[in-house]
Amino acid sequence: MSQFAPYKESIMKSIFRPALTLFVALSLITGLAYPLLTTGLAQALFPQQANGSLIEQNGKVIGSSLIGQAFSGNHYFWGRPSATSPQSYNAGNSGGSNLGPTNKAQLDAVKGNLDTIRKAHPTQTGPVPVDLVTASASGLDPEISAAAAYYQVDRIAQARQLPAEKVRQLVAQHVIAKTFGVFGQARVNVLRLNLDLDKLSKA
Amino acid sequence: MTSAAWLQLGLFLAVLIALAWPLGAYMTRIIQGEHPVAVLWLKPVERALYKLAGVREEQEMGWKGYAFALILFNVIGVFAVYALQRLQGALPFNPQAMGAVSPDSAFNTAVSFVTNTNWQGYGGETTMSYLTQMLGLTVQNFLSAATGIAVVVALIRGFARHTAASIGNFWVDVTRVTLYVLLPLSLVFALAFTQQGVIQNLLPYQTAHNIEANHFQQPKTDSKGAPVLGKDGKPVMVDASTQDQVLPMGPVASQEAIKMLGTNGGGFFNANSAHPYENPTPLTNFLQELAIFLIPAALCFVFGRMVGDRRQGWAVLAAMTLLFATAVVSVTAAEQNGIPQLAALGADQQVSALQSGGNMEGKESRFGIIDTSLFIAVTTSASCGAVNAMHDSLTPLGGLVPTFLMQLGEVVFGGVGSGLYGMLIFAILAVFIAGLMVGRTPEYLGKKIETQEMKMTAITILVTPTLVLVLTAIAVSTEAGRAGIANPGAHGFSEILYAFTSAANNNGSAFAGLSANTMFYNIATAVGMFFGRFLMIVPILAIAGSLAAKKRLAVNSGTLPTHGPLFVVLLIGTVLLVGALNYVPAVALGPIVEHLQMVMAH
Repeated sequence: MSQFAPYKESIMKSIFRPALTLFVALSLITGLAYPLLTTGLAQALFPQQANGSLIEQNGKVIGSSLIGQAFSGNHYFWGRPSATSPQSYNAGNSGGSNLGPTNKAQLDAVKGNLDTIRKAHPTQTGPVPVDLVTASASGLDPEISAAAAYYQVDRIAQARQLPAEKVRQLVAQHVIAKTFGVFGQARVNVLRLNLDLDKLSKA
Repeated sequence: MTSAAWLQLGLFLAVLIALAWPLGAYMTRIIQGEHPVAVLWLKPVERALYKLAGVREEQEMGWKGYAFALILFNVIGVFAVYALQRLQGALPFNPQAMGAVSPDSAFNTAVSFVTNTNWQGYGGETTMSYLTQMLGLTVQNFLSAATGIAVVVALIRGFARHTAASIGNFWVDVTRVTLYVLLPLSLVFALAFTQQGVIQNLLPYQTAHNIEANHFQQPKTDSKGAPVLGKDGKPVMVDASTQDQVLPMGPVASQEAIKMLGTNGGGFFNANSAHPYENPTPLTNFLQELAIFLIPAALCFVFGRMVGDRRQGWAVLAAMTLLFATAVVSVTAAEQNGIPQLAALGADQQVSALQSGGNMEGKESRFGIIDTSLFIAVTTSASCGAVNAMHDSLTPLGGLVPTFLMQLGEVVFGGVGSGLYGMLIFAILAVFIAGLMVGRTPEYLGKKIETQEMKMTAITILVTPTLVLVLTAIAVSTEAGRAGIANPGAHGFSEILYAFTSAANNNGSAFAGLSANTMFYNIATAVGMFFGRFLMIVPILAIAGSLAAKKRLAVNSGTLPTHGPLFVVLLIGTVLLVGALNYVPAVALGPIVEHLQMVMAH
């Protein structure tokens, strides 16, 4: 026979104590000690990121570089459609549209977005970058594709009475390339771009 | 598949194997009771825990004792998570003053996190206090993962041992896995995530004063806060405007790390890993995908080492990898092709250097099509269920892939522990079928597969399809079930099928348009999750016990080798055959009909 003895003690007696004790002890370790230790280390090592990558202007928090916000003025770059409710870019209630690809409501929504975009960009005659007319997964997407940013250049140049080339250069400076040339897509952070756009107008 | 997509897949698999190999070696030592120098300092903690709990390390359990301990431990977990949600309003770490969760939702969530499913009927940032997230949900992220690993370790011991009466000590297995494997890995990943922008704090939600005001419409409410209905029965909408944006906070990174490493998948926020505070960069996305597969892949190596033939582990891993790579290619192609109707309307879905194109509804800009598709295949191959995109908005074929991956029984890498034990059951079935073909008593790893093992194998293979199909049938034939549907037609059926597939296979992702936070879905999915988990585990432990008691036979000329390409093909064939036989009719009614409708309408 093997060296492993079967479990002979009374099962009830020998199982309830370890079950309860280990549950409580491991809960305290993994549910309090671990997250609190992580919080302490994160706050010491990466306080800016750990607290939400907030952006301040004149001592006031105006947003987070990671959380998109609603832009609708003609003098700003627009982000992606957001399906959060009741308002778009509601960071207190993240989520997507969850509309299916063959749902008429989805096709109508895209059609509506396309109309809005086309009307606002009369100089653009080609098809519209798809991310400008489809809602993001989180409803808080802080970025748009590089194509979607270049698409909007003429409108902003006109609204701000800036040379289009200057605005295009600003976009080029803001394009975030694929990480290590492999991960993600070429994209632009809308809030950061718009903040620099305001600086450009003032200069 | 573009060359960029192939490059990413290749890189992912290379890095995965490079990390999983040493982790497998390390985990084998931990499971066998060794204490590598790096974790020697934790040994007193382990000893103290045993002393406190009255556990004698060397005292092993038979399979019944092991199963009883496991069930008891998990049932305590259900009560604890339920109680925390119900009482959170009166407990600390609740800066947003979240009130008690409703009884049916709290019950559903408790079962969901204990069974490693992490299906979520609630939105985290609007429902859960920080204490519930940490002491309820994070704890179960650890303990359900440790439970899964304990079960597969017990099963492996069943193969490795020779005429033994016991399969290990559940308390020791869970404690060691938690302390020496899950906790250190989680801490490393959590800090890497924070460096990239995942938040980790205990602050109340912050208010940001945005650049522009946000104009919108919202339902008009009366003095009691109830919506005012118009003559048509719809809520009356009024104009509103705000320039303030509420930014949610919380201890996210610590939960995010174990959410992935333990193939749990329950998001801190409603949008899960699509939320920029959970998954802010393409790099965190890659790390999250790695974290999901890391332990399931490492366990294949643990298996090879513990049964004394490393090729056995490689064979299982090869079968998983081939199935996985096929899924990645399929979902990437479907999503990159996009939706013909949108192209016809004038949306540009072409891939270029400036955009990823494709079907971007419900996807994030930083990930684009390639990174999103890889994540979809990873999270549904493994029973993780975290999402970085809204699966409800996938193309019909793009949605079929994750549905079918789950329907294969979550054995393509699968959940931590549960993926490998599920795959080993398929291996038993494969050698059984091969044995029937040549008329020999089947053997796997020197153990004769006989009536007892095959009875239990049949139960484990039939239990999830039965749950999925019966619960789906109930839902589509009752008013309460149909009430949850968000998208009309075939897609609505897909939503329900996906929900029960996800629940019973303990994945946890969703076609999230389905309104699942109702009495019907909270109870029906909880039933699927609980029995999908424990009606698998108990028969598998029975197999472990019965195998452990047998002799290990020597290899002879009649033995089917289970480490070569022939066996890999046989194993893949068995998995696909069982999956197809169970689910092709159901899948045909959902995603396949919808795909045909999409193509024909165009």
